[in-house]
Amino acid sequence: MGLKVLTVDDSRVMREMLLMALTGAGFEVVQAEDGQHGLEVLPGAAPDVIITDINMPRMDGFGFIEGVRRTERYRGTPILVLSTEFDAAKKTRAREAGATGWIVKPFDAEKLVAAVNRVAA
Amino acid sequence: MDPMESIKATFFQECDELLGDMEQSLLALEAGEGDSDTINAVFRAVHSVKGGAGAFGFEKLVGFAHVFETTLDAMRSGTLDVTPDGLKVLLRASDVLNDLVQNAKGQGAVDESRVATLKEELEAMVGGGEADDAPEEDWGFKPITLEIGAAAPTSEWTLRFKLTAKMFANGHEAHLLLNELARLGPNEVCLDASELPDFETIDPEGAYFSWTVKLPAETAEADIRDVFDFVGDESIISLAREGGELEAPAPPASAEIIDVQALIRQAKAATPDASELKLAAEGAKEAATGNKDSGVERAAQAGATIRVDLDRVDNLINLVGELVINQAMLAQSVEDSGITRSPNVVNRLQEFEHLTREIQDCVMAIRAQPVKSVFQRMPRLVREIAASTGKQVRLVTDGEATEVDKTVIERISDPITHMLRNAVDHGLESTEERIAAGKPAEGVVRLAAFHRSGRIVIEVSDDGKGINRKRVKEIAVNKGLIAPEVDLSDDEVDNLIFLPGFSTATVVSNISGRGVGMDVVKRSIQALGGRIAISSIPGKGSTFTMSLPLTLAVLDGMVVMGGDQTFVAPLTAIVETLKPKQGDIRNLGPKGAVIAVRGGYVPLIDVGVALGWRTHAIDPTQGVILLVESEIGGRAALLVDAIQGQRQVVIKSLEANYQKVDAVAAATILGDGRVALILDIDEIIASKLRDVQPARMLEAS
Repeated sequence: MGLKVLTVDDSRVMREMLLMALTGAGFEVVQAEDGQHGLEVLPGAAPDVIITDINMPRMDGFGFIEGVRRTERYRGTPILVLSTEFDAAKKTRAREAGATGWIVKPFDAEKLVAAVNRVAA
Repeated sequence: MDPMESIKATFFQECDELLGDMEQSLLALEAGEGDSDTINAVFRAVHSVKGGAGAFGFEKLVGFAHVFETTLDAMRSGTLDVTPDGLKVLLRASDVLNDLVQNAKGQGAVDESRVATLKEELEAMVGGGEADDAPEEDWGFKPITLEIGAAAPTSEWTLRFKLTAKMFANGHEAHLLLNELARLGPNEVCLDASELPDFETIDPEGAYFSWTVKLPAETAEADIRDVFDFVGDESIISLAREGGELEAPAPPASAEIIDVQALIRQAKAATPDASELKLAAEGAKEAATGNKDSGVERAAQAGATIRVDLDRVDNLINLVGELVINQAMLAQSVEDSGITRSPNVVNRLQEFEHLTREIQDCVMAIRAQPVKSVFQRMPRLVREIAASTGKQVRLVTDGEATEVDKTVIERISDPITHMLRNAVDHGLESTEERIAAGKPAEGVVRLAAFHRSGRIVIEVSDDGKGINRKRVKEIAVNKGLIAPEVDLSDDEVDNLIFLPGFSTATVVSNISGRGVGMDVVKRSIQALGGRIAISSIPGKGSTFTMSLPLTLAVLDGMVVMGGDQTFVAPLTAIVETLKPKQGDIRNLGPKGAVIAVRGGYVPLIDVGVALGWRTHAIDPTQGVILLVESEIGGRAALLVDAIQGQRQVVIKSLEANYQKVDAVAAATILGDGRVALILDIDEIIASKLRDVQPARMLEAS
């Protein structure tokens, strides 16, 4: 069984692209539509790696990352931020919240998979 | 389909939804109804379009979305005020964004100058053009090349690094970094555990180790630093070549730390909803770890909608159709068997029928969609027509939540578009005329939808000058559509505009005058089993009312007998039914007959003969006449043996199950199990009109 990845993105297109890239690499994928939804599916999904967007309705990526880190079981789960934004303040804020890494959209499937493999314990 | 193509299709679908919602939000803001969430939603919509567009390489779209997004970002962060003028620019920008999306789709051209103008306007709002900032790959680390004079390229690298507790907490692992480094070439790792405290004082989550790694000389410094780009530069204590001086911590990294603190404070200050965010996160955490009840409740909130393939729904509708037929057959069998005297059987049967109908309604409701998806495209249309006619127009929409079957939704867009064009172009007066008539300069066009007696009604009304009846009649006479001496009621005059080839505009304008008149609108509505009517008050305005069936899967029909066969005639096509008197029938030679109806003659068609079930027409006085009207306005009298009654029937396509049969639109199965053909009224009339003496039409008795 491959790695289990939770993807959190409000864009259906992004979710599908992630699905294609990740399942293509043999990963199992669970999807969520925003931060709030991500926290809801987290216990059932039991992911090895999490990939999240930042700008989302209901709960954004920062709130989601903080929520994950407050959940005992997922305190050390690698979280990659996947966002179109790239300014240093946002990245720092994500790191403060507990993000493991940052990937800028649009992403390259191979690089994304490499990044997932790289952070997966 | 190629997976990328299918995702692209999803992207465009998502774009259409986002753009629709965005326009709604902007209009709400313009009406003073929005709040900070509304502008946030607009921002996210543009942001999502940009993200997807980037993935597919739609550069023009990305470029424009980026500028648009920057302006919106300034608005949502409060550095730019949301003004009425600003909203006008945003609305026009959303139109341009829509154009660019359509263009990316391969539909329609883009007015480059308009794109450029809007870009400038958007940039002007945030105060001049912004600096070009190219995306970086990751955490923002920029490798720096250090000139270390003493270091020969042949000496190997010595790297020292340490992970902080925070880094471990963020999901980083030392062994993963060591694995990565191992990939760069054969290396030697040395663990420094000297900082490890006593067992009693150790913090299980503390970080106490550092590592020293020797790497091959040919390794590029950038490759080594790349390993640490997620962790952050701070983790590197030193990196230098053997024999060279140990390099101090990378200067940009330490500089960043100081800067970072300031930035964090800045970011926190700029986000007033930080505490809200925390609350939301707390709540969500509760759900994540919490009890079943709240989980279920939240799931209900989150999963308010599901997406299902249309095929599956269609299949379900089909099966429910079978169920309805089966139920009717069962009821008939039970009745025939004579056991209906048992009250239990009767009650259960009634209950069964009731449940079946309810299931049918529910399944139909699955395919039902609010007309919002069509309505929300209209404000833009009206804005554009208003701009090109120089009129001031306000569009008011009502009943957007009214639901109708998906198949109907797809086909009402064009008629509505045309009626709105007509309302603005022909219905409303010019601004000067309005003022002269003592009306407000701004004309109002109203688009409304509501349900009435099992049908959906869509109304397009304007507060313009109303129909000029004298002029309409003149044109109809001039074009030979009516005789000059005909005396028509106001209503009849108004409805002349639906006649083929009628156009009231003295000058063909470039808006309504696209070669389609109201006759085309009427025909497309009739093709859906609908009707359209107009009412008009001179000086006050006109209202177009169209009523459509809620679905195209079932049909209200008249069940009739003809030549020992059962047929269904669509109710919408039937004008009236009558018992003919001998004196009304005129035989036209041996091969045809006409019947006098309300002063005019219409061809008489024996349905049994027309479809080939018998060779001789029956005596008309022994049968019943259905006076029918085709979509193009042709009339005919269909002669049938008897009328059995009015019924809602489930449409079964003949093409799908057998093949296309002339004069037959579809089939259905009746309660007693008989198959009945649904008559294609248009084709029957057309074939009758084409062939004045059809071979099948033999001598009337």
